[in-house]
Amino acid sequence: MQHREEIRFLLNGRDVALREVAAEDTLLDFLRLERRLMGTKEGCAEGDCGACTVLVGRLSETGLHYEVVNACIRFVASLDGCHIVTIEHLSGPDGRLSPVQEAMVAHHASQCGFCTPGFVMSLYALWMQNAQPIEAEIETAIQGNLCRCTGYAPIIRAAQAMTEFGSATEAHLNREREAVSAQLLALRDGRRVVVSKGTSRTILPVDVDDLAQVLVAEPEAMIVAGSTDVGLWVTKFLRNISPAVLVGHLDGLRQITVREDAVVLGAGVTYSDAQDVIAQHYPHLGAYWDRIAGWQVRNMGTIGGNIANGSPIGDTPPVLIALGARLTLRKGDVRREIALEDFFVAYGKQDRAQGEFVEAITIPRSSSGVMAAYKISKRRDEDISSVAVGFNLACEGGVVTSARIAFGGMAATPKRASAAEATLVGQPFSEDVVMAAAKMLVEDFQPLSDMRASSAYRMTVAQNLFRRFWMEHSGAQARLERV
Amino acid sequence: MKQTVEIKGAAHQDLQHDSAVKHVSGRAEYCDDIAEPAGTLHAYLGTSNVAHGRISSIGLSKVKEAPGVLGVLVAADIPGENDVSPTGRHDEPVFATDTIEFWGQPIFAVVAESRDAARRAAELAKVEVEELPHHVDVAEAMAAGYPHITEPLKLERGDLAEGQTAAHRIAGQMRIGGQDHMYLEGHIAFAIPGEDDDVVVHCSTQHPSEAQHMVAHVLGVPSNAVVVNVRRMGGGFGGKESQMNLFCAVAALAAKTWNRPVKIRPDRDQDMESTGKRHDFVVDYDVAFDDAGRIQAVEGQFAARCGWSSDLSGPVTDRALFHADNAYFYPHVRLTSRPMKTNTVSNTAFRGFGGPQGVVAAERMIEEIAYELGRDPLEIRKANFYGVQGDVTPYHQEVEDNILARLVDDLEARSDYQARRKAVLAHNAKGGIIRKGISLTPVKFGISFTATWFNQAGALVHVYNDGSIMLNHGGTEMGQGLHTKVAQVVAEAFQVDVTRIKITKTTTEKVPNTSATAASSGTDLNGMAALNACDQIKERLVAWACEEWGVSEGDVAFLPNQVVVGSESFAFGDFIKRAYMARVQLWAAGFYKTPDIHWDRARGQGRPFYYYAYGAAVGEVSVDTLTGEYTVDRADVLHDVGRSLNPVLDVGQVEGAFVQGLGWLTTEELWWDDDGRLRTHAPSTYKIPLASDIPRIFNVELADWSENRELTIKRSKAVGEPPFMLPICVFEALGMAVASVKDYAECPRLDAPATPERVLMAIERLRR
Repeated sequence: MQHREEIRFLLNGRDVALREVAAEDTLLDFLRLERRLMGTKEGCAEGDCGACTVLVGRLSETGLHYEVVNACIRFVASLDGCHIVTIEHLSGPDGRLSPVQEAMVAHHASQCGFCTPGFVMSLYALWMQNAQPIEAEIETAIQGNLCRCTGYAPIIRAAQAMTEFGSATEAHLNREREAVSAQLLALRDGRRVVVSKGTSRTILPVDVDDLAQVLVAEPEAMIVAGSTDVGLWVTKFLRNISPAVLVGHLDGLRQITVREDAVVLGAGVTYSDAQDVIAQHYPHLGAYWDRIAGWQVRNMGTIGGNIANGSPIGDTPPVLIALGARLTLRKGDVRREIALEDFFVAYGKQDRAQGEFVEAITIPRSSSGVMAAYKISKRRDEDISSVAVGFNLACEGGVVTSARIAFGGMAATPKRASAAEATLVGQPFSEDVVMAAAKMLVEDFQPLSDMRASSAYRMTVAQNLFRRFWMEHSGAQARLERV
Repeated sequence: MKQTVEIKGAAHQDLQHDSAVKHVSGRAEYCDDIAEPAGTLHAYLGTSNVAHGRISSIGLSKVKEAPGVLGVLVAADIPGENDVSPTGRHDEPVFATDTIEFWGQPIFAVVAESRDAARRAAELAKVEVEELPHHVDVAEAMAAGYPHITEPLKLERGDLAEGQTAAHRIAGQMRIGGQDHMYLEGHIAFAIPGEDDDVVVHCSTQHPSEAQHMVAHVLGVPSNAVVVNVRRMGGGFGGKESQMNLFCAVAALAAKTWNRPVKIRPDRDQDMESTGKRHDFVVDYDVAFDDAGRIQAVEGQFAARCGWSSDLSGPVTDRALFHADNAYFYPHVRLTSRPMKTNTVSNTAFRGFGGPQGVVAAERMIEEIAYELGRDPLEIRKANFYGVQGDVTPYHQEVEDNILARLVDDLEARSDYQARRKAVLAHNAKGGIIRKGISLTPVKFGISFTATWFNQAGALVHVYNDGSIMLNHGGTEMGQGLHTKVAQVVAEAFQVDVTRIKITKTTTEKVPNTSATAASSGTDLNGMAALNACDQIKERLVAWACEEWGVSEGDVAFLPNQVVVGSESFAFGDFIKRAYMARVQLWAAGFYKTPDIHWDRARGQGRPFYYYAYGAAVGEVSVDTLTGEYTVDRADVLHDVGRSLNPVLDVGQVEGAFVQGLGWLTTEELWWDDDGRLRTHAPSTYKIPLASDIPRIFNVELADWSENRELTIKRSKAVGEPPFMLPICVFEALGMAVASVKDYAECPRLDAPATPERVLMAIERLRR
């Protein structure tokens, strides 16, 4: 079948078809520079402030879902088959403000107003899911939105009052759901999409097998999933990413399979996609997951991407290594499986051949282990960890039979604390032994000092987290919860 | 006719921000949203990537050859002065010529058909620099013998040696970090060339007049050739007081060079690397006190990281000294500033303007006394409030309007401080990983520009013959609601609904020689100027009505949306129409200057402040002593805005200032690497508070019984800056939780910002 050579999507309910698209073209620039839709703002161009928040509606097996994303680091080509909704489209055909906007006005939730459209978009997405959110849910929904004027208090008050101004079932995005779904369905033609502008090329494979073929043919291509990291390479470092192979749209990579012995996540599963299944099967990761980035980035970023980019400070590798996760890598039709920790060879170097891609992550299920996951960062939410750790101990008769303890932020790669683990195995599970293991961290790590934390703090806090681990296991309160 | 209805938007009423609906619908227009004329070009700065050095060569040939590039601008292309120093010290070149003074210093600008092309081209420069040793830290700069970047100030009163014979004496040092403004809308200027020398610059500045003067200065043209327009800013906080001068000058220069519209908008990283921030301070203090905790003598040296040029560092470091007493009487005192040159971006205005650093230092001394004597710091505070031992400040101004005793008593009761402090102590006595802290801190903040001449303002009010009103004044809108409040003043004056009043952009074409919208003075100054304009128009209307209807002045009354003349009553619009037909001048330029203030900097004496604004807050925190992480569990605020012009907007200012100050003292950390490069230059690395960082319980009240004793606009008080210092209570509560690990035997001496790392390291230090 002939490739399609244009990107097609809906923008505020209207069809858009673009033939000239560079891999590096961002949605924000498209909205502001091409379409002069000026309500969506650029605050940081790195997905950390939320001023550019828009809704992206996507058809999946369960229907049309709208999610907030950061337009600044979302590539235009990745929107094929989606419905993009900007602030200009919220007021509906009658021109009246939406209830979310009315609540914001009534509660004086804007001052300078520059962040406001982004907050409205995030709260609108929340309101569509949950019209009467509690404070913690509101805070989670606006984790990816910065406001420098209001101190957030009036925004939270507005969010609590949204339902007083109207019901989400009446929202035109909900009322138009069937029509929009039909429009989106009509855009699907089952063809590979190849678009270019100048020398910049982008390929959207039609399914996972097609992806495998594309990568064999173009082994040097840049694989782009959620673009929450690659997006910054473009906006911050002006890097060219052509030829880019996009994978975020592939339903085949977004499968979540719960097996008897393990949960298998497709590499394209986003943090948001995985949230419920992670919290259900790995309860110690529930709260941890909420502290990964902000809502927009959780909707875009994928677990496969978090692993494949090889960062030493990704949030998921340490806790997944602790759980004994394994990676499935695929090249063409050939698959191989490796332990996740073996994927990280050195700083900037991973065990991935050209043309190969991460296809799935298999996370063993175990009900017997003593497990914990902690993240330490300067700011509680939407921050990159200075130290992250996953603990997973198995004990029999009070004796530690196996220990998997993996840290992020302590070395050039996510890394197991081998000396600490060795100190634990074969020993009684006791405070003394746990703290003796903590002391061994100096054998395992020589952490760096940087803008997030000093080497001394990283080491001290890493050791102290062993104490927290022990105390929580003993039932003591050893952690702050914002309740 | 009996009149019972009230106008909409009268003074002292809650009224929503005039742009609220536009904000929430994305229709509020910011500078980057203005429609671009065909042919608009884009400029981008090329900046240094060393912290200090001598320029050997600036190689721009690759930049010029890059796709879409029209050309470059360097110092030699400047027809006027290569300088944008806001205080006229001539120490801030637009483009570096011989020397690089900090990482990120502008060297050239490239102008291209698109912003993307300009950004990419800027990367291609080959600037060769012979590196010199650099010092980014204040203490290092002092040790290296770096100069003061501007004249230091000394404030002195009494006999220090006599005071220092008191029973107790403690000396210490405190480091106080700086702060990036992190306005959500970054710097931007958009210049459109006109005929002759003319140029119009749309931009996002708090100080249009200064931007106008700087553009003229750089272009070498008179100020009357330059128009600067600001409809609104996406946040300012002081960061756009002087820092926009650079961008305005470059955009205007490029626009005149190519005779095409030119926009310049740095990305967030360049914005944070190349524009100034709040000053970091190293404070050395020496406090003497008696057994009752009464301060007898204070000696303090306030060294500030000013950066490579003076910018506003003189007045900023002055204001630190003006607030180094906070609310406390120092019988004998000597305070000195050391505005240090450093190889960093030139630090600038930021909400509080040095005052917060002075207040933090004052509160540190209170903490020292309390821990030394084993007392509740609140008792020490009360023992030292102005009014107990004396009323004269270190700058010899008498504190005449002190309401802190009442305000603090009120807050102490409302917040149940005493019982909660007992509970905190009991909780900590049990030991455990999670410790708590609680603190009540006051703030007294002086209102007026200490540069006395800035305390003037103008307004222009037009009443059109259909009865609609256009309001213009010299203040700028950055979200604080200034335009809304001034419109309320006008509505109140004419007794018309505020909807009748059109708020217009700030422009140097309408009101000249304005002061920055800064020092919390926007409403005080511009509200009075607008009122003056209204009064002039009303006077003419009354005089005409007296003549026309043969009544006396007392028979003419402006009632809600109507004017009564003797026994007759007219709708406001009809009355205006008649006045127009009778050839009454229906517009006026208003003016105001703050009375009674004066300041002799050489002697360190005077009355720099017209009045003081007061406030106090209680903060309660929980600290994880294993990691240094913390939560702010509750804050109770009672703040004085006099008779509020708009209580709901004032509460918004207090809440917002509190959280911004909280960020300054907790998670917002500026970090330079060994090369002198700022590595916290975007929100990914620089962490301002999020919704989940604000106090879990957050009670904010205005002291509704307060009224300004001075004749300010409707007896209100300034609100922008004073509440920024309220979260010092949180900072001290964190200190208390830290100190609990050593049973409060030692002052925890936390430095700011109290990141989890600093908190944990303080805990570890006390435990050793």
